[in-house]
Amino acid sequence: MKNQDGAQIEVVSSGKNRVTFQISGSVTIDNSVSVRKEIHSRIPSDISINIVEFDLAGVSVMDSAGIAVIVDIQKYLKDHGFEFRVINLPSKVSGLLKLIDPESLLIGEKELKAKKEFNFIEFLGEVAFEALEECRSVVTFLGDIVIALASLIRHPRRMRWDEFFLFVERAGTDALPIVALLSLLMGLIMAFQAAVQLRQFGANIFVADLVGISILRELGPLLTAIIIAGRSGASFAAEIGTMKVSEEVDALSTMGFEAVSFLALPRILAATFVGPLLTLVGDFVGIFGGLIVGLISLDLSATAYLEETYTAITFFDLFSGLIKSVAFAILIAGVGCLRGFQVERSADSVGKKTTSAVVSGIFLIVFADAIFTIIFHYFG
Amino acid sequence: MDGKELRQGPEKRPIIEVKNLTAGFGDEVVLKDVSFSVYPGEIFLVIGGSGCGKSTLLKHIVGLYPPMEGEVIIDGDDITTAEDFELYRILRKIGVLFQSGALFSSMTLWENVALPLQEFTSLPEDVIDILVRMKLQMVHLEGYEEKFPSELSGGMQKRAALARAMALDPKILFFDEPSAGLDPVTAAEIDLLIKQINTSLGTTMVIVTHELESIFAIAERVIMLDKEEKGIIASGDPRELKEKCKDERVQNFFNRRPALVPGKKRMGATEKCLGK
Repeated sequence: MKNQDGAQIEVVSSGKNRVTFQISGSVTIDNSVSVRKEIHSRIPSDISINIVEFDLAGVSVMDSAGIAVIVDIQKYLKDHGFEFRVINLPSKVSGLLKLIDPESLLIGEKELKAKKEFNFIEFLGEVAFEALEECRSVVTFLGDIVIALASLIRHPRRMRWDEFFLFVERAGTDALPIVALLSLLMGLIMAFQAAVQLRQFGANIFVADLVGISILRELGPLLTAIIIAGRSGASFAAEIGTMKVSEEVDALSTMGFEAVSFLALPRILAATFVGPLLTLVGDFVGIFGGLIVGLISLDLSATAYLEETYTAITFFDLFSGLIKSVAFAILIAGVGCLRGFQVERSADSVGKKTTSAVVSGIFLIVFADAIFTIIFHYFG
Repeated sequence: MDGKELRQGPEKRPIIEVKNLTAGFGDEVVLKDVSFSVYPGEIFLVIGGSGCGKSTLLKHIVGLYPPMEGEVIIDGDDITTAEDFELYRILRKIGVLFQSGALFSSMTLWENVALPLQEFTSLPEDVIDILVRMKLQMVHLEGYEEKFPSELSGGMQKRAALARAMALDPKILFFDEPSAGLDPVTAAEIDLLIKQINTSLGTTMVIVTHELESIFAIAERVIMLDKEEKGIIASGDPRELKEKCKDERVQNFFNRRPALVPGKKRMGATEKCLGK
């Protein structure tokens, strides 16, 4: 019987308990699937037959996929109680067989990663160890940063200021448009939502109070920080991580540089510098967004709106927001750099740590915000 | 020599033909008007000093970059103009071993080798498993199926990458600096592996290298590229070239002589040695 892609398979009975598969033509990766199927369909069901022989004399081409199919069938036959033989192996195939040991391929399959049974205590232990390891690397990193800061204060000229300004540009100037746009939208949304409620009581003018205070205290810093985490936190982690993969960090160390102060310090300082500035821009644009809603849909005059805003907000509102934004920026840049340094030597690890930089960054922002809220509530 | 001279005879059709290839990046021309042929089953080396365009040539032959001019015919099809299905058909005939192995770090060795088989064939998982273990056996990495690339030494990574390059039984294997960064023993092992696979499977091998030991150990035919010339300055059997070629650049290369010596006139004889 002729196989569609060039292999021929004949089955002949060559003894009372034996059949021979005479295979000729080419058995390659292109037709091995159909060859396998055909051989399987023609394995005798007669119980008296217990020897299956493969005569490969007529094989013109057989690549490793062809051999894999034969080995696979051999395995099947053995499992079903047949004896398996190969005769008339062509020299072309035997060349390939010199490089491998087909017998060893028969035994053992790819061990499917055994699903470990879930053990709560083991799990608890693993989590604890991971947490401990994380703590250790955080403490080490913080220590390095403190040392780097101390040496910066003693020798301010050693700081790589060019690098610092480069990161000010990347993390700050380049982020301006997106911060402004999102803050504007946030101001609009806030004002609209508030207007719907306040209009019912004829308290339109208080939209200005609500927008002003919530943007300055909470939304401005938070929104800006989330943008910084997504842009700069991720980029710091990916950049330092890639440098680790390509051994650039090791190169720095062997040249006598402190990798942390060389790489992390300019980034953290730059982020700390631009964080409050971006927040300030976000604050103003957000209030402006509220003003637009006030003018268009609340029939308020610009003067009235701004005057109301001015009387509603205090210096403390602005100040507390900016203090928060400094803390947020330090956390984001710090965790971004830390995750970068935690990258192991693989592309995979760069991705994981970059994700982690953003996720931990945002977590830390919200967590710190909660703490600030409590502090300001009692001491503000 | 089992009739290998015959392979280069006019009756044998070349498996790779590079015709008037001009290549470079941006405005910078790295290779100018380069032509040569590779015949089925031979071990063909592209040699030359750093920056001579060896790797650039390789990357153009395997279709990673479009050439500025010229064609690259692989087994009858022009890879520089092929698109979609035709390109995939050509790419299935070749396997490439990159300088650093380029194993996918998020996958185990088994998964790395199995990937092309799972994606480009409809073989059942059992057969793929046998094939993967067979390929890993060929490069002496049995038992490392479940390891990740980062858990292996440089030499082992190269061998695993070779197993992956061989997954679909390509007609042609390309190697970019196979022994770069390896110790002499491991480098010799890779050379031996290349020879073994070439003799037992008849795979055509195109190897870019500047390692003298490798060149003399495995090369049947070489072409030597030169940075200034932006093209081929010598071709043929490396042993013959070392003995007979008068070109100073060729002699400097084979005898490990510095070309830039203070106070020396810059260049001696430049007489290209272009054999068959």
